[in-house]
Amino acid sequence: MSARLPASAVRDGFAARARLHPLEVVFWLAALGTVFLLPGRHLLLTEIAILGLFALSLDLILGYAGIVSLGHAAFFGFGAYAAGLLAKHGLLAEPLLALIVAGLAAGALGFATSFLVLRGSDLTRIMVTLGVALVLREVANRYAWLTGGADGLQGVEMAPLLGRWRFDMFGHTAYCYALCVLFVLFVLARRIVNSPFGLSLQAIRGNPLRAAALGIPVDRRLVAVYTLSAAYAGIAGALLTQTTAFASLSVFDFERSADLLLVLIIGGTGYLYGGLIGAIVFKLMQDYLAYLTPQYWPFWIGLLLVAIVLVGRERVAGWALPLRRLVARLDWRGRPAPAAGE
Amino acid sequence: MPAALETIALEKHFGGLVASSNVSLRIEPGARHALIGPNGAGKTTLVNLLTGVLAPTSGRILLEGTDITALKPHARVARGLARTFQINQLFAELTPLEAVGLAVSQRLGRGGDWWQPAGARSQVVGEVVDILERFRLADVMHEPTGILPYGRQRLLEIALAVAGAPRVLLLDEPAAGVPEEERHVILDSLDALPSDVAVLLIEHDMDLVFRFARHISVLVNGALFTQGPPEAIARDPRVRQVYLGEGEHV
Repeated sequence: MSARLPASAVRDGFAARARLHPLEVVFWLAALGTVFLLPGRHLLLTEIAILGLFALSLDLILGYAGIVSLGHAAFFGFGAYAAGLLAKHGLLAEPLLALIVAGLAAGALGFATSFLVLRGSDLTRIMVTLGVALVLREVANRYAWLTGGADGLQGVEMAPLLGRWRFDMFGHTAYCYALCVLFVLFVLARRIVNSPFGLSLQAIRGNPLRAAALGIPVDRRLVAVYTLSAAYAGIAGALLTQTTAFASLSVFDFERSADLLLVLIIGGTGYLYGGLIGAIVFKLMQDYLAYLTPQYWPFWIGLLLVAIVLVGRERVAGWALPLRRLVARLDWRGRPAPAAGE
Repeated sequence: MPAALETIALEKHFGGLVASSNVSLRIEPGARHALIGPNGAGKTTLVNLLTGVLAPTSGRILLEGTDITALKPHARVARGLARTFQINQLFAELTPLEAVGLAVSQRLGRGGDWWQPAGARSQVVGEVVDILERFRLADVMHEPTGILPYGRQRLLEIALAVAGAPRVLLLDEPAAGVPEEERHVILDSLDALPSDVAVLLIEHDMDLVFRFARHISVLVNGALFTQGPPEAIARDPRVRQVYLGEGEHV
């Protein structure tokens, strides 16, 4: 090592993290294609987009900052009711503005509760997040005059999107809307995780002791990403209300939070696409299996979960290695193929 | 001129156990200061007190004349107090490039940037290049840290602390566990530290201590036992007694 290290090598090293992979382009082109090619499935696709966004929000804290949550539905539900109330009472009729406000509201709730998850083990965090979601569900149940209680929030009338596009019963507007929101928030998340801020989150997840020893304000970073994640979840919840013109207590359900973890287990954490891929697999399986055997859907999803955890994602990734090599060869940037065991 | 780092009557009790007892230690600017003592003397506890990982039971800590006793660990780092760990504390999934980049960004106050990609600032890139070269990590800078050989990880451990451009650097057994043939790289990197940086070396290895230090403090049972220049410490029969009496080699 006598030759001087060129600055360009270092710059490229950083840039490699954020570089666009060809498969990403394929992914989003395929998503765009569904708008035109699968008009009959837009209702299901809307559900997938919303679940994908919700899973993306959990990935931000779980996959990057290492905060495990079993109560992420708290923010989803808060956003869902916020959007519902804004529309029902005509406080903010325009859906996109209402979506942003609902996201901000959920973000504020995330900020307020972030201090509960700063310290403690994974188990503590699971319990605290679960508790917050349970409390919110009961609050929504208790104040029935506002939320409709167990009957759900009835009479939500959605104004046309941006004053132009009405929400139709086939979900065409809804799907385009949800997909656009997902895309914009995905691009933003991608930008954030590849920034120094995002890098510092990964450092904190890897070793909080050392992160602090590098001068990284660990608590402040965790509060920031938790708030962001809550806002994302709130926007996902608001999308659900806006595209279905209804909100019920089920938005706060424990099952919703648990399913979300399942989605990330299927898709993988820490690369942002895991939530989207997991949401696609989860919803398609649910759709297909529920069609075959309505009662036994949880059985199959349970079996899949056990299989994934026992076999391990690394091994599945190992089976897919020839495919990844092929992809790498197709990659126009000519990076080396991934080595076995990576 | 204030000391680079100074403790005033520092005490740390764990229940009935006194881990640090009335420690008043003064580290001069640009010092090459070693802290030695037998196992269980409280060396690592003292480092944890200095860096804010532990809160003292009583006493004060001054960094360049400013009281930092109440500051959190990351705030002490921002004021120029860096450390390395006795057992590597690294980011297994990040590459050396990313880890060093993070340390440099943080020091330049850009660690919270969320819009610009990491490595977009030429000042950061320049310093990362410098650190990676000085610690001979350039050839492995794209490898995940977790798969690097131990000696390289040890170098990165020190590189991360130096990347923060500290005024005071605490080195907790930097050469521990490093194979003989790689030791010289560690020693060279210590020799190459800027002369105005005060270094406190916590070490068991007497060869390294006497090679590096110009001032030695001996810690026994949590209290300062004696201090002075290396020759005086080497001749001090009481120091030999402390080590030999506890079955330690000198």
